[in-house]
Amino acid sequence: MTGYAVQITGLRKNFGTHTALDGVDLAIPAGQVFGLLGPNGAGKTTTVRVLTTLLRADAGQVLVAGADVATDPQQVRRNIGLSGQYAAVDDRLTGFENLYLVARLYGMTRRRSTAVARDLLDRFRLTDAADRQAAGYSGGMRRRLDLAGALVAAPPVVVLDEPTTGLDPQSRLDVWEVVGELVGGGTTVLLTTQYLEEADQLADRIAVLNHGRVIAEGSSDELKQQAGGERLELVLGQLRDLPAVLQLLEGLGELIVDERARRITVPVSDGQRALAAVLDLLNANRIRLLDAGLRRPTLDEVFLGLTTPVAEKVSA
Amino acid sequence: MNAVSAIAQHSGAIAWRNLVGLRRTPGAIFASVLQPIMFVFLLGYVFGGSLGGEAYREFIMAGIFAQTVTFNAAFTTIGFANDLQKGIVDRFRSLPMSRVGVILGRTSSDLVTSMISLLVTSLCGLAMGWRIRSSVLDAVAGYLLILLFAFAMSWVGAYIGLVSRSVEVAQSLGLIWLFPATFISSGFVSVVAMPEPLATIAEWNPITALAGAARILFGNPAVPGLPQPDGWPAQHAVGYSLLCSLVIIAIFMTLSVARYRKATAR
Repeated sequence: MTGYAVQITGLRKNFGTHTALDGVDLAIPAGQVFGLLGPNGAGKTTTVRVLTTLLRADAGQVLVAGADVATDPQQVRRNIGLSGQYAAVDDRLTGFENLYLVARLYGMTRRRSTAVARDLLDRFRLTDAADRQAAGYSGGMRRRLDLAGALVAAPPVVVLDEPTTGLDPQSRLDVWEVVGELVGGGTTVLLTTQYLEEADQLADRIAVLNHGRVIAEGSSDELKQQAGGERLELVLGQLRDLPAVLQLLEGLGELIVDERARRITVPVSDGQRALAAVLDLLNANRIRLLDAGLRRPTLDEVFLGLTTPVAEKVSA
Repeated sequence: MNAVSAIAQHSGAIAWRNLVGLRRTPGAIFASVLQPIMFVFLLGYVFGGSLGGEAYREFIMAGIFAQTVTFNAAFTTIGFANDLQKGIVDRFRSLPMSRVGVILGRTSSDLVTSMISLLVTSLCGLAMGWRIRSSVLDAVAGYLLILLFAFAMSWVGAYIGLVSRSVEVAQSLGLIWLFPATFISSGFVSVVAMPEPLATIAEWNPITALAGAARILFGNPAVPGLPQPDGWPAQHAVGYSLLCSLVIIAIFMTLSVARYRKATAR
C-alpha cells in the first residue's frame, strides 16, 4: 500500500439553504475498492461531482492522485475516469464510435483510438454489438459501454456512481466482475451505491454517508462489529416450548422474540461459549430446536442502525 | 499537443460525432430544410401577390436566407440541452479536454446543417424565379457572409442551450427570440413603414444588415414599393454585417465558455 489515491478533508457544499455536504473527510487507499454507501440524498453524488471536477466545493480540499481539484482540475481529469449515474452514452453512435470519440477527446491518435476502442469492447463483451447503434442496447450493455468509456485512458482512479442502479441481476454481476478486474490491475475504485450487498461484496473499505456526513467508516467486518457483534439465534421446533425456553435463557441478555418464526435472538459477547452453554441447557431440558447458530449482523442492520434517527429507534 | 491543435482535435471529434448522429436522424435534417422551403413559397406567393409579385419574390430571398440561418440557432440550443440532460456534457467535462472544444464542435457541425438549408433554400428560390445577378466572386462572398452569420447565431444558440434548465425550456427559449429578431428587420418588408422605435431597431438589426448585404452581393434590387432606409447601416451593409457577426461571436463565445464551466446535468 503506497499512500492514498484520494484524500478529502472538510468538504462542504451547500445548494441554497440545503446542506449537501457537511464536512466530509475521506482517505481512499490506492489500489482498493472504496464503497461510499448511503441513502438517496446523503451526498454521494455531490461528493463524486466535486471529486470529478464537475462541481466546485464551498470549502475543504480534495486531492486526486496528489492533484488538487480546485487548483489543478486538468491534472485531476487526466487521473480519473467517471461513469456517472446515468449512462453517458450517445444513442445515435455505435458502441465503437462512442469509445472512439472518448479516446479522440483524450487526444489519442486515430489509430490508437481505434485500437483502444476495439480492446475495450472486447473486454466488456460488446464486440458483437460494436457496430450497432447504442439506442438498441439493453440497460446492461449501455452500462458496460459507459464503464468502458471511463477506462479509455486507463486512469489510476475510477469513479463509479451507482453503477448497478436499475440493472438486472446478470448485468449487475457483469459490472461486479469488471470492478474485480480493475482492482486486479491496480486501479483504485470509488464506488457509490445504495445496495449494501454490493458494498459488502466489492468494497475493501466502506464509508457510510448520511445527511452530508461520514457517520461510519471501516471494512465491512469492522462495521458489522460496530453494530453490536455476534448474536445467538435459536429456532424452536414447537411454539409451546417458548415460555419454558424464555425462562431458561433469562439473564443471558436482551431476548428478541419472533413468535411467528419461532425464533429467539440474543446478542452475546463470547458466541462460541454461549452457544455451547445454551445447547447444553436446552438438551438437558429436552427442548427440540430446528436451528441454532451464531449470526453476524448483516450490513443492512448496520446501515439501518446507523441511519435511523435515535428518536425513531426509541419509539419503535 | 499545443493548445490550438488540441482545440482542433477536440472540436473536430465533437463535430464528427454530431454529424454522424445527424446522418442517422434524417428527421432533424428534414426539419432544417422544411421551414425555409415553406417560407420561400408562403411569402413568395401568399404575400408576393400583394407586395410586388416577381420583384418581391426576388427581394425576400435575402431575407429568407438570413432568417433560415438564424432559426438554425435553435438546433444548437436543443442539441446542447439534450447533451446536458443525458449526462454527455458531464462525461466531456470530466475529460482533460479544452473547454471551448465542445462548444466549437457543436457550432461547427451546425454550420453543416446551415449549409444544407441554404442549398435547399437557394434551389427553391431559383425555382421561384430568384437569380444571382452579380459576379461569381460576389455570390461566393454573399454565401460566406451568410455562413459567418449562421456561425454567430449558433453561438447565441449554444449559450441559450447552456443556460436552459431542461430540454423543454430550451425548446421554447430557443425558438421564442427568433420571431422578433427576424421579423423586426428588412427581411420581408419595408423598414421605413414601421413605427418608431421599431424602425430604428430594424434599421440596426444585424439581420437587416445581412439581408441588405446579401441583396447587394447577389445583385437583387429592392422593390420600388418597399422603400428601405438609407442610414449608415444600410450604406455599409456588407461591412456592418461582417462587424455584427464578429462581435456576436466574440460576446457569445466568451459567455458560453464561462457558462460551460458551470453547466451540469439536471
